[in-house]
Amino acid sequence: MSKARIAIVDYGMGNLFSVQRACDVSGIDAFVARGPDELERADGFILPGIGAFGTAMRELNESGMSTSLIQAARSGKPLLGICLGLQLLMTESHEFGRHLGLDLIPGSVRRLPELVDGERVKVPQVGWRQVHAPSAKPWAQSLLQGVANGTFMYFVHSYYVEPMTKDCVVAVTSHGGYEYCSAIARDNIFACQFHPERSGGEGLRIYANFAAFVEQRNIGRG
Amino acid sequence: MTIRVIPRLDIKGPNLVKGIHLEGLRVLGKPEWFARRYYEQGADELLYMDVVASLYGRNSLLEIVTRTAKDIFIPLTVGGGLRSTDDIKAILRAGADKVALNTAAIREPELVRSASRQFGSSTIVVSIEAIRQPNGVYEAYTDNGRERTGIDAVEWASEAAKLGAGEILLTSVDREGTGSGFELELLHQVAAVTDVPVIVCGGAGRVEHALAAAAAGADALALASILHYQLLDELKLAQLAFHEEGNVEYLRGGRSFGKVQPTALSKLKAYLVDNGVCCRFPV
Repeated sequence: MSKARIAIVDYGMGNLFSVQRACDVSGIDAFVARGPDELERADGFILPGIGAFGTAMRELNESGMSTSLIQAARSGKPLLGICLGLQLLMTESHEFGRHLGLDLIPGSVRRLPELVDGERVKVPQVGWRQVHAPSAKPWAQSLLQGVANGTFMYFVHSYYVEPMTKDCVVAVTSHGGYEYCSAIARDNIFACQFHPERSGGEGLRIYANFAAFVEQRNIGRG
Repeated sequence: MTIRVIPRLDIKGPNLVKGIHLEGLRVLGKPEWFARRYYEQGADELLYMDVVASLYGRNSLLEIVTRTAKDIFIPLTVGGGLRSTDDIKAILRAGADKVALNTAAIREPELVRSASRQFGSSTIVVSIEAIRQPNGVYEAYTDNGRERTGIDAVEWASEAAKLGAGEILLTSVDREGTGSGFELELLHQVAAVTDVPVIVCGGAGRVEHALAAAAAGADALALASILHYQLLDELKLAQLAFHEEGNVEYLRGGRSFGKVQPTALSKLKAYLVDNGVCCRFPV
């Protein structure tokens, strides 16, 4: 059985350099994929993302990659979503109008509040914030395995996800006291609002865990 | 609020340099080496500024950016001499996460709008180099504090945010390199007119200056001398081998820090935490 190959989904937005480098140092055999044909050859996916939801979905739909991604995710192939890549998994977003997402995780994407308990809170949220496990949610079985509860990760975003059911929420983060979902996990899908490839050694743990998960699945399928 | 501590590395050719009021540049060493050490010590981001790119119209940063970004897993912002969305794209492809625009943004404010649309606001930092005028007004300068623009720095900060800038890098040229503390009045004025995060830059010479800026509401602190001079001793032994362009005599001879009290990045963060400032710590 050959080593699993991971597609970094390129829909023309954002910088893939750091994602590729994080894969390199984490032992993930990654390549940048720009169309459905290239996605077909992958054993797993990283959906990165910087930019606007609507534009990203248009690129994914026009290139045909959204269909491939949905099929692959439903077939059980590992999928790691990052930042906008988390938001794209939802049913819909309200960023610059209403847009439909990949609908792999039922839920919606909303703008962070600029007023929390009467206090002004800056949006976009830029910088290091702590990720916490929701009560009684151990991280042992997710890609956050080995990451300490309360670890700081790097966030850059104005929008956040609100999954319809809370069972997939594995991490929460505070925006000036307003708690929102900062990572989700369901079966073969894991996605986080922060940038693990820009969160130092603790962030790289998530890549290492993803590498192990991919290999485990790959052997299982082979 | 979690404050970010961001080492600022001024780059000239292949070297890390440091000046006073952005002038009189001294060579300190290899930027990649300093960057790596800062990453290990818990830097929250890194800021690279090509301090001569605007002046000579060259864009020599790409290779240094790639060498740095390869092994550093925190955000890297790069500025200096970026004039167009093509320049921005090239720097991002080389491994930068964000770009800082000053001269080009002032000449062509529409660039801020188009670049933030194309790359996302969070990728576009507008860098403002301000000098306090005798009448008390802060004027924005370009080309590393050399060229007057006649533009009010505070008004420009407000406009830049409206155009789509995701952050403001606010440098007081008066304080830069002096170790006499941040220009907090400038910070207050800018923070009052914009909601985007403000990175305060120029003047940090002691840990108390960092604390004062945090208390004054800075979202992030850009630090240079206070951190660089601390690393110089570590570096000195390994350093004498290079002979690239620039004033290296300074390295071989004695040095004076003026008002700067060199401090390791990890110690500076520990001091902030001890004084009730929230920052990413321990690393």
